[in-house]
Amino acid sequence: MALCGPKLSLCCLLLSIWGVIQLALMGVFFYIKSVALVEDLPLEEEYKPTEEDMKNFYGDVDRAYSQNAFNCWIAACLYVGTFLISAQQFYMNNKSTSGTAF
Amino acid sequence: MSSLFQSEEMTLCQLFLQSEAAYSCVSELGELGLAQFRDLNPGTNAFQRKFVNEVRRCDEMERKLRYLEKEIKKDNIPMLDTGENPDAPQPREMIDLEATFEKLESELREVNQNYEALKRNFLDLTELRHILRKTQVFFDEVCTLTINMGVVAGTPGGVAQSPSTPDDEHVGLLSEEGMGRGQTASAKLGFVAGVILRERLPSFERMLWRACRGNVFLRQAEIETPLEDPASGDSVYKTVFIIFFQGDQLKAKVKKICEGFRATLYPCPDSPAERREMCMGVMTRIEDLNTVLSQTQDHRHRVLVSAAKNIKTWFIKVRKIKAIYHTLNCFNVDVTEKCLVAECWIPVADLDNIQLALRRGTERAGSSVPPILNRMSTTQEPPTYHRVNKFTRGFQNLIDAYGIASYREVNPAPYTIITFPFLFAVMFGDSGHALIMLSFGAWMVLCENSLAKKKSKNEIWNIFFGGRYIILLMGLFSFYTGLIYNDWFSKSLNIFGSAWFANNQTYNNLEIWKHHETEKDLMLDPKNAYSDKPYPIGLDPVWQVAENKINFLNTYKMKISIILGVIHMLFGVLLSLWNHVYFKRTVNILCEFIPQLIFLTFLFLYLCILMFHKWIWYGANMVGANKEYDEQHAPSILITFINMVLFKYSDDPNEFMFSGQKMLQMCFVVIALICVPWMLFIKPFVLQSQHKKQMAANGGAHGAGAPKINPDFESGETSELPTPVDGNNSAAPAAHSSGGGGGHGEHGEEFEMSEIFIHQGIHTIEYVLGSVSHTASYLRLWALSLAHAQLSEVLWSMVMRIGLAQKEYYGAVILFFIFGAWAILTVSILVLMEGLSAFLHTLRLHWVEFQSKFYTGAGYSFTPFDFHEMLAAAEAADEGD
Repeated sequence: MALCGPKLSLCCLLLSIWGVIQLALMGVFFYIKSVALVEDLPLEEEYKPTEEDMKNFYGDVDRAYSQNAFNCWIAACLYVGTFLISAQQFYMNNKSTSGTAF
Repeated sequence: MSSLFQSEEMTLCQLFLQSEAAYSCVSELGELGLAQFRDLNPGTNAFQRKFVNEVRRCDEMERKLRYLEKEIKKDNIPMLDTGENPDAPQPREMIDLEATFEKLESELREVNQNYEALKRNFLDLTELRHILRKTQVFFDEVCTLTINMGVVAGTPGGVAQSPSTPDDEHVGLLSEEGMGRGQTASAKLGFVAGVILRERLPSFERMLWRACRGNVFLRQAEIETPLEDPASGDSVYKTVFIIFFQGDQLKAKVKKICEGFRATLYPCPDSPAERREMCMGVMTRIEDLNTVLSQTQDHRHRVLVSAAKNIKTWFIKVRKIKAIYHTLNCFNVDVTEKCLVAECWIPVADLDNIQLALRRGTERAGSSVPPILNRMSTTQEPPTYHRVNKFTRGFQNLIDAYGIASYREVNPAPYTIITFPFLFAVMFGDSGHALIMLSFGAWMVLCENSLAKKKSKNEIWNIFFGGRYIILLMGLFSFYTGLIYNDWFSKSLNIFGSAWFANNQTYNNLEIWKHHETEKDLMLDPKNAYSDKPYPIGLDPVWQVAENKINFLNTYKMKISIILGVIHMLFGVLLSLWNHVYFKRTVNILCEFIPQLIFLTFLFLYLCILMFHKWIWYGANMVGANKEYDEQHAPSILITFINMVLFKYSDDPNEFMFSGQKMLQMCFVVIALICVPWMLFIKPFVLQSQHKKQMAANGGAHGAGAPKINPDFESGETSELPTPVDGNNSAAPAAHSSGGGGGHGEHGEEFEMSEIFIHQGIHTIEYVLGSVSHTASYLRLWALSLAHAQLSEVLWSMVMRIGLAQKEYYGAVILFFIFGAWAILTVSILVLMEGLSAFLHTLRLHWVEFQSKFYTGAGYSFTPFDFHEMLAAAEAADEGD
């Protein structure tokens, strides 16, 4: 049942905890449309200052923000799964070595 | 009064111990760990010392214990470490211990020997069994024979290899061949059977063939299972062979060759019935041997298990005894042969503790005469002892790595507790990375008891664990500077709302249209896009999306680096004042401290004041009446400083920041320049006049007892120490060399003016040039923080952005993997590598820029006779090999 050794499971455990926290927060920040993350949005190369392009721009930005927010949250959920798997691996490794493995 | 501020006051004491009580007293002192003994018999070698026999006995005991430990480890029996600390046993108990160890060792050796003999026996029997089985095959073929095998194909002398088909070669070798052939009745064939290593077989065959001229016949069959060699324990493959020959001479030859090839021969009976009987006998004997072997193993295991329970305590006891006798060897025997005399360094504050320990020791020994502790006065430099706890020990180690503080000089460690993490944080400055470092440090600190018990051998882990408080503090401070720089994994957090806003003048369609062909950037002018309420704490988050963020931050970080540097160095110079006052070196105060202070202040502190002035008085929103203070008129501080030193003033009215600046600057530079010859020339002449006065006062009596002038530069001289000195201060020859800048030889009465001038010159140049170069050196605070910020930003934009640039939901899976990669790179590059780099630079700033202003670091550290340390060192040495 042990897929990975004690060190790998510990690393994955810590990584997934960090991932859950950070990706959840990033999702929140994308959702509230924070300006700090504007450069990370998938937008077109160029928007001309015409009425039509401007409207497209605003729509694109809104869509990009919510898309990224959902992506972040889904990734956070994936990391929750990783957390559960690595936690189980870690405990199994600990049991077999009867004590804290480090 | 002990504190970390300066090292403890030490005193040299003479200890008179009665011979019977000496052992227990030393044992008590070892438990206390506060006395550093000096070796009073340096001339004698190890074999001439008084207690050499006891030490030898201890060595012998240790050897036996190590043998036991090896055997225990071989069997993988756990040795339990109860963590108890038994006292050193009395000398009479040593005999009991010796007897126990002797018994255990002999028993174990006996068991091992028996085991080996039994194993050998077992091997022989096994080989015999194989032989009996294999040769059965050879002899069987004899029976399937018909007589008229006229063609005796396959010469009887041929060396047949692997006969797979019952050939004519196998015609009646043993039996009636002779009869079948009739008259050429040769004698019956003899044979020998044996076992040989498989590797040796080919050469064995060849040798047989050559030596016996092909007149012997060899059959062989391999033994499939490997047999265990009793001596080495390896498994080897062997082959059964049987050699048929005729005649006694060939027999002798064959036997000799077998001996040469170390093949073991076994007596093999002719008839099958006998062979079968022998086989059964061998099997029963093998079974019996197996039982005996397993019982021997059990017995050995039991012996080792019972030994394993106590072996750790025994080790501790034996090591303590040995340490006590080593220490006793350093003592002098008194003339009356009834007591031992020792000299030791003791911290003055612990004299009572030592007295108590000595009293305890004498009571334990049942002696009536109390030990005598006598304080001596000496001119030798005492060792440096800092009383540290687990928190301050890490920082003290950082300082000690550069050099142990001289006796009773100011200890930089307490300030390092704050300045080190702070300067690190200025260079590290990212709250996200700081959180990682903080959590690592906090985990180590919270779990320190259980982690310390692990006694890991990993060097890197031990370094990290030893510095856990440093890492914790670095993380805390870096979190703070990350808040100030507003940097969280290269992103800024907008908590309070930015003070800048997109105003209509810049951000309307017309403006954008006008600019989009020519310039890609729009500029927010603080005159109309900045609400005059600045962001409360830290950098305004708007800078994150600005192209000129680096330009803005550069000027800020560079200025702050210089300001921090000047404050740090000024603090160092002020600490040197304290050293001068304590060691009563008034000449240094007047001729070194004051000009140093003036030089540093008038030039570099003035530079810092200019920076503050520029920050406060000049601004981009100074309009109207204050127009001379707007951004067009702000002079460059660096150019101003350079011009000030070069006395280069132009007629530009915008040049000065306040009225009277020109006159003030010229005064400052002139006074600072005067400080240089002040530092250079005055002190040597003062020293010379002091020396002349001394010479005149002493007249002609220049014995070794005449106190001489010590042209001390940096270090404290013991002749001026406030220790209890006898009334006759001429008993202070002070013949030891002073530390600090290249100690000169103190030859009796000579006073080399040239040497003093050279020294003073070196010192002055070092300080003057150093103050410029060290001030610039603090700019690494800016450089490293810039590098860290840029690396962090690159990592985000090159790695994380890939995961965030997807427009569909599969982007989540990509983000999942990208985040893992980004996290690993962050930890390895930004936290570990940059952290190490910033740590190193901070250490350099402390060691060179800060400590060169006041620190001598020429002492030697206090190494008391302490069982705890001795045991830890012995264990470390054990693990090492």
